[in-house]
Amino acid sequence: MLPKLRFRHREIVCQQAVELVTDYLEGALSRADRHRFEAHLAGCPHCTEYLAQMRATIELTGGVTADDLTAQMQDDFIELYRQWRADRDGQ
Amino acid sequence: MDQEPDADLLGRLRAGDEQAFVTLVRRHHAAMLSLAAGYVPSMAVAEEVVQDTWLGVLRGIGGFEGRSSVRTWLFRILVNRARTAGARERRSVAIGDAGPAVDRSRFDATGHWAVPPERWVEEADDRLDAAKVAGRLRSAINELPDRQREVVTLRDVEGLSSEEVCSVLEISEGNQRVLLHRGRSRLRQVLETELGRA
Repeated sequence: MLPKLRFRHREIVCQQAVELVTDYLEGALSRADRHRFEAHLAGCPHCTEYLAQMRATIELTGGVTADDLTAQMQDDFIELYRQWRADRDGQ
Repeated sequence: MDQEPDADLLGRLRAGDEQAFVTLVRRHHAAMLSLAAGYVPSMAVAEEVVQDTWLGVLRGIGGFEGRSSVRTWLFRILVNRARTAGARERRSVAIGDAGPAVDRSRFDATGHWAVPPERWVEEADDRLDAAKVAGRLRSAINELPDRQREVVTLRDVEGLSSEEVCSVLEISEGNQRVLLHRGRSRLRQVLETELGRA
């Protein structure tokens, strides 16, 4: 029974698993920790769902587009550029 | 056409092409503003830092040697200027006081889920009003603590690699991962609250 007890001791629980998700996705877990994490997921639908949600979150964040420049800001930048070009070409 | 590589745009703007400059500015403006805001006391100052950065980029355009990507180069110039402009010291990368990925109240005494995550991923395609979700995510990103916001913006919005992010922000891989973890975990919670079945 000793090996089994030892293994049980090293199992992780959900509260630990959610803290390992990013290291897992980044490939930063040690081999042993990765196995432990995956073994936990295999038996835990909630943490499996949680990992899927983190992946979906990353994907949705990648779809966030920035506010476009306002017309005023664009004009300011064009002005900045023209001044630089004039200075450069004037020298 | 908007997908023209940064390096090509840089070449054209060097040759005097105004439109190439505007395209490059537009592409990176939001991320630069967000980065600058983490170092200076107000958005007005952050906007000045961004403008100042572009002026510096134009004046020093010969200095780009293509050893890093254009945006990594841009962001590094920006962060240097923002730090100089920032009245406050660059705060240390605070990681110890960050909360857990999921609120403790959602686990039982043994660390197992007491209140499991509400499901929303499968429904995402049907139920998501994409524009609404993007808007909610954008404000959630803006509300993240500075360092988390910077890392999430660079990694997940802008798509920089972890090496690029570490180089721009001058932080270790380990700290980058911790900040990314806190930020992403917070965004996941926001999405669950927004989209999960009540």
